[in-house]
Amino acid sequence: MSTDIFERVKKVTVEELDVKAEEVVMEASFTEDLGADSLDVVELVMAFEDEFGIDIPDEEVGEIKTVGNAVEYISKKVAG
Amino acid sequence: MLLEGKTGLVLNVTNKNSIGWAIADRANKEGAIVGVGAQNERLLEGVNKLLEGRERFETVTVDFMFAEQYEALHDQVKAKLGQLDFLVHSVGFAPKEALTGRFLDTSLEDFNTAMNASVYSMIKTCQTLEPLMKEDSSIVTLSYIGSTRVMNNYKVMGLCKAALESSVRYLATELGDRGIRVNTVSPGPVNTISGRGVSGLSDFIKSVQNTAPLKREYGQEEAAGAALYLVSDLSKGVSAQIIFVDSGYNVMAV
Repeated sequence: MSTDIFERVKKVTVEELDVKAEEVVMEASFTEDLGADSLDVVELVMAFEDEFGIDIPDEEVGEIKTVGNAVEYISKKVAG
Repeated sequence: MLLEGKTGLVLNVTNKNSIGWAIADRANKEGAIVGVGAQNERLLEGVNKLLEGRERFETVTVDFMFAEQYEALHDQVKAKLGQLDFLVHSVGFAPKEALTGRFLDTSLEDFNTAMNASVYSMIKTCQTLEPLMKEDSSIVTLSYIGSTRVMNNYKVMGLCKAALESSVRYLATELGDRGIRVNTVSPGPVNTISGRGVSGLSDFIKSVQNTAPLKREYGQEEAAGAALYLVSDLSKGVSAQIIFVDSGYNVMAV
């Protein structure tokens, strides 16, 4: 389940941030390692919403700092 | 096509979710030459990606917080587009602090910033581009019903939209001497970068869509449809109006 979510998170991240797939590892921080600025982060979150058909309220965006955070957050949402 | 032979300008576009982009895209597909505004070089990169492989688009940059940029806007528009048949103002900003704390505690600084970015930008843009607006052209801005009703978390932006809608009436009256129409499109809440600045947005969107007469989603595309009507000759007899694009939500009491 979460392997599949990781692959989809990776795909969306590669598209949105214009980074290489191998850079998108669980530990990677979107802002520090993948070069996202604050606007990129919001766009990425909106792309996750589209990809997974979920809502990620702005006040919860702060929880999603790394790829791993995103996978965990989305896994919970999709399961719920 | 509805806008064949027409030239227009849409200020500003942030990304593919912007209502401004939906309007620019539709107007272009209806045959218009469309200038698209970006706030700065960083955002221009994103706009340029949206425009890749597309024809009849131009870009301009303008940051409405800086008074000196209006003159530069005029010069860019004059050079790249010439005279305009339509102008769309899709601009609004309030500092985060003013949207999160109590309305009662709004600071003068945040108030001024929000009013400058969201209201004066409309007045000053019309003033700056007036010489480039053709007779019988059309100006459209984007508002929200938080102008007249209380939506928690909208706070100072509600005041900005009230002032913006009032500006539209005054601008319509004065520019009407040259046959220029000025109208407002007021969409329900939409998931855009700006909309997301208002906390509780997704729940609010759901509640509006469940309550509205048309119990279905509306969004950028529907807002763009109304804007398209307002910038086309179909709305020749319409000025100083607010057109709601919210599945009818504005008439509901509960």
